[in-house]
Amino acid sequence: MGELDELYQSVILDHNRAPRNFRKLEDANRHAEGRNPLCGDQFDIWLKLEGDVIAEATFLGQGCAISKASASMMTQAVKGKTVEEARSLFEKFHGVIAAGEPEKLPSKLEVFRGVRAFPIRVKCATLSWHAMKKALDG
Amino acid sequence: MAPLTAVRRDTESAWDVHRVRADFPILTREVRGTPLVYLDNAATAQKPRAVIEAITHYYETGNANVHRGVHALSQEATTEYERVRELAARFFNVSPGEIIFTAGTTAGLNLVAQSYGGSVLRPGDEILVSEMEHHSNLVPWQLLAERTGAVVRMIPIMDSGGLDLGAFERLLGPRTRIVAVTHASNVIGAINPINAIAAMAHEAGAVVVVDGAQSAPHLRVDLRAIDCDFFACSGHKLYGPTGIGLLYGKRALLEAMPPWQGGGGMISEVQIERSTYAPPPERFEAGTPPIAEVVGLGAAIDYVLAWDWEALVAYEQGLVAEATRQLGEVPGLRILGEGADRVSVLSFVLDGIHPHDAGTVLDTLGIAVRAGHHCAQPLMRRFGVPATIRASFGAYNTPREVEQLIAGLYQVRKVLA
Repeated sequence: MGELDELYQSVILDHNRAPRNFRKLEDANRHAEGRNPLCGDQFDIWLKLEGDVIAEATFLGQGCAISKASASMMTQAVKGKTVEEARSLFEKFHGVIAAGEPEKLPSKLEVFRGVRAFPIRVKCATLSWHAMKKALDG
Repeated sequence: MAPLTAVRRDTESAWDVHRVRADFPILTREVRGTPLVYLDNAATAQKPRAVIEAITHYYETGNANVHRGVHALSQEATTEYERVRELAARFFNVSPGEIIFTAGTTAGLNLVAQSYGGSVLRPGDEILVSEMEHHSNLVPWQLLAERTGAVVRMIPIMDSGGLDLGAFERLLGPRTRIVAVTHASNVIGAINPINAIAAMAHEAGAVVVVDGAQSAPHLRVDLRAIDCDFFACSGHKLYGPTGIGLLYGKRALLEAMPPWQGGGGMISEVQIERSTYAPPPERFEAGTPPIAEVVGLGAAIDYVLAWDWEALVAYEQGLVAEATRQLGEVPGLRILGEGADRVSVLSFVLDGIHPHDAGTVLDTLGIAVRAGHHCAQPLMRRFGVPATIRASFGAYNTPREVEQLIAGLYQVRKVLA
């Protein structure tokens, strides 16, 4: 059960039960949808850019515990970051989770490293990050 | 855990599940350190040794292309290829000339849509599909409708999981040309009253296309008795190899249908500007067929024809009834379409737990179930869920495995609480 405990750490379960920033952002100026047609997971991501800074980030949608917790923590992680910083964080997160790069992640996001033991679940963790990047790309 | 009912003992005595299990080499393997509990039979069934050996034997001793070969190997391969067609015809109580080898259920349904549907549909004609169809018995009809100007209309299902036959009767009309329904749902297992559906459709002058992917492995299907016009199924769900399926079509309909794909093997005579075509079934088998897969399918049908199907059906019904009863005792668990008569396929959801998370936890216990929308998004919408957990039982599953699934679901609750 070691791998399972790594995957479903309490912080992930907590964000799944009580997702943060889980609402539509009425004054958003960026929006994108993330959808995994294979499993049906679907999230809307809203960003409010003030100049070069992500002032607000929210999401709504449905998916498994991994995808929902990841979306919740992604919105927390990018809030207050510049667009460049958020892009770089995406690259880092994607590199570690999807490609298995040994880099360190910001400590809060380290909990997602356990997903590596379940390759089929990697897309759950990266879905909202791709949507966030898509929103930035406009 | 509650004691098992009498159903278990009765069915166990008539169906020797342990003897059957011994025929399937994969059932001895372990997953994540525990013995495999394979409950994903609706996706694909495991293969008995006889099938695996038949394919190996064919490649080691008999590999050749079929038809037109003058050499011994080609003649042997052709004889075996046609023997399997006869065997399949016997299995479904139809004539060999009505059996077409396809790549699977999806290919068979696309063949009917494009060849039959493409040649008869006019703008405004109607195709009726049910709300519980797999995407493979839905999207081909949508593509056809786009091409021909026909309209796809939906036969709704009831909360119980059964088809709403009253609504079906009202939908049938002078413009109804095709009724495409599944014999048994790949999600909730519901068995549709296909004989009655066929009779009603015929009364209205429509042809009936049946998706038999989930019924062929679980019911003794007699296509003459059902009297449908087309029936498609897959070899790999019937304990045979992937890449091979069967399409039955009534002879008179097949004879009037244009080819689906062009190529070698389906022609009568070819000139540069035009060709004439072989009669069915060859007309619909362009190119080198999946010969080894046909050989493997033949071994699978030989294998299942030796079964006591009455005992098998009773056994699987006992398993699914027991699973239904035990699942009903798990707190916060809801079975979809619980009221339906079903083959041994069940879908359920757990309050507050996404099916994929449940599937991952069960996997760590060696239990293989499917989690997702099962290529049936309209049905998911009907029940208001994004996805379900599906457990599907085959000839080798045991009451003990039902108990392991239930215990696994309590573990799911514990991990994800």
